[in-house]
Amino acid sequence: MEPYLLSNAVVVVLVGGLAAALASARRSRVWRDAGRELVRRRPIVLAVLLAYVAIGLLDSLAWVSGSSAGTTQGADTVSIHKPRSAIDRLFPDERYREKSYSAPLADREFLGGAPLRHPGRHLLGTDLLGRDVLYQTLKGARVALLVGGFTTLIVIPLALLFGVVAGYFGGRVDDVIFFLISTLASMPSLLLLIALIMVLGRGPVQVCVALGITGWVGFARVVRGETLKLRELDYVHAARALGASDARIVLRHIVPNLMHLVVITFVLTFSGFVLAEAVLSWLGIGIDGSWGRMIDQARDELSRDPIIWWNLVSASVALFGLILAVNLLGDAVRDILDPRTLRERA
Amino acid sequence: MWAYVVRRLAYSLVIILGVLFLLFVLFFLVTTPDDIARKAVGEKAPPQALEQWKKNHGYDKPRFWNREHPADSMLVDHFRRMLTFDFGNSDADDTPIWRRLRSGAGPSLSLTLPLFALGLLLTIPLGLLVAFFRETYIDRMGVVLCVLAMSISTVLYIIGGQYLIARVLRWFPISGFDPSPVVIGRFLAVPVLVGLLAGVGDSVRFYRAVFVEESGRDYVRTARAKGCGEARILVHHVLRNSLVPILTQVVVVIPSLVMGSILLESFFGIPGLGSITVDAINANDFATLRTMVYLGSLLFILGQILTDVSYTLVDPRVRLE
Repeated sequence: MEPYLLSNAVVVVLVGGLAAALASARRSRVWRDAGRELVRRRPIVLAVLLAYVAIGLLDSLAWVSGSSAGTTQGADTVSIHKPRSAIDRLFPDERYREKSYSAPLADREFLGGAPLRHPGRHLLGTDLLGRDVLYQTLKGARVALLVGGFTTLIVIPLALLFGVVAGYFGGRVDDVIFFLISTLASMPSLLLLIALIMVLGRGPVQVCVALGITGWVGFARVVRGETLKLRELDYVHAARALGASDARIVLRHIVPNLMHLVVITFVLTFSGFVLAEAVLSWLGIGIDGSWGRMIDQARDELSRDPIIWWNLVSASVALFGLILAVNLLGDAVRDILDPRTLRERA
Repeated sequence: MWAYVVRRLAYSLVIILGVLFLLFVLFFLVTTPDDIARKAVGEKAPPQALEQWKKNHGYDKPRFWNREHPADSMLVDHFRRMLTFDFGNSDADDTPIWRRLRSGAGPSLSLTLPLFALGLLLTIPLGLLVAFFRETYIDRMGVVLCVLAMSISTVLYIIGGQYLIARVLRWFPISGFDPSPVVIGRFLAVPVLVGLLAGVGDSVRFYRAVFVEESGRDYVRTARAKGCGEARILVHHVLRNSLVPILTQVVVVIPSLVMGSILLESFFGIPGLGSITVDAINANDFATLRTMVYLGSLLFILGQILTDVSYTLVDPRVRLE
């Protein structure tokens, strides 16, 4: 199978899974009310996030347009046969790439002043290699969502598994898992991240895995603590007295009562992972095409004279907007779902 | 208490062994000595050169178990050398790692100590201030500002701060380092200011949350009922009772200050341990990197022990047993 079909399939599976999770959450009153409350409190934040997700999705499904095959010659044939996403199709292809910098909305090159190759103007200008900045910025949304989302998908099952097993079974099992958690927690996270990426190699999957390995520990601790509390509750004792198996108790009575923590953690850690990727890009071991990489490439452009600001500003604003939206959403989600805060406010 | 400290140290030793084992897995099993040698000598190097390099750097021993000399395998070697602080030489240019550590500790501390102290002096009063105005517009504005500040990536603070302070305002040099006490401040000013800014949102929000939570306690109500002023309550009652969560946050990082700041040092050209780490990344210097992660973990564990001990100093109810 073509690689782009595979990555399309991954996106479809992810979106399908998310839709299924939302559908099953809608069936429970608690979650439905929480969702309504969230929409009521943070309509703008949700709209902004949806826009980011929409851009990411538009860029995730790629296809090959077959109609013009064979009509062009040489290098152009290659570029036409490359799968392109909806975002790619909005922008003129490689043939119209500029030579170097051009300012936003300029009609000529920044250095030298030759007319642009591309008909029309670049809304946010072009970078050192003549690539459209708006295009790159939009492409960055997919990378950021992937880093945040994919890493969280590694973290949550790992943390739930270890946290619940440690908390529920206790004893030796707990000792071993707690030792593992303490060991990982004793290593400075940035240094461990760097070491992991150096050892695993550079690349998007490696970065996500490294972030996942350093990121699950904190949540596993929370899950363990909560499970310790939950397993002493009356309904768990009742279930055990009725002869329910451990697996049934864990799956039916413990895990559903941890789900609010899962949702809160998903939102709260998401921005941390995206920001960590920016730091890794800064150190030269991030993911190609991320906003962090754009910022890293633009780091010396402010010291040019006349300064070149559009690369840095575009990537920074896009990154800042996503993180701010996620942070605001995270606060709202925590306020709504965390019963402790609810009690305090009442 | 001493029994506790001894037990705590023993458990820490176990954790350190865990860290060492993890490092062994990462640096000797996931990356094999062959990978390391190839990166150091070059992809196209002849096999003899590869073998020679591995021999020189001790990467040619059996990995787990040496049948002839049971104490001479890479696993044993790794543990023995790390535990005795015999870090050996760099994989990249063969300088002794100890010499690098010694040369980097001073510059690192000269950056992180002022950053740490000024950070506390800035963020705790700000946290108190915001908590003083809790549930007013000032508080809400403060929290919003904190969230805004937290949403900006550290790397942007670095680029923006350097641009603003050193290029536009021209207050201080753009980057560089000079250890002589007369001029060191001029070089450290920008990185310290940038570091302060980058951390302020997170810390102020945390301290505010601690103070606001503590303000809801009964003793605060009692103090208020006695006619104690709100400012006095915050400083004399709330701040003192909040020391435990504050210490949890603060003491643990003190030993790690020696490790410096990876981002600030590499950008501003301060030759500390953070810069050395970045150089190690770029040079594929696995030996130095391994040492850095190990030392970082060691100092962090020390910080955790100090945190526990510090509780007994501020809270007489805490007994370490």
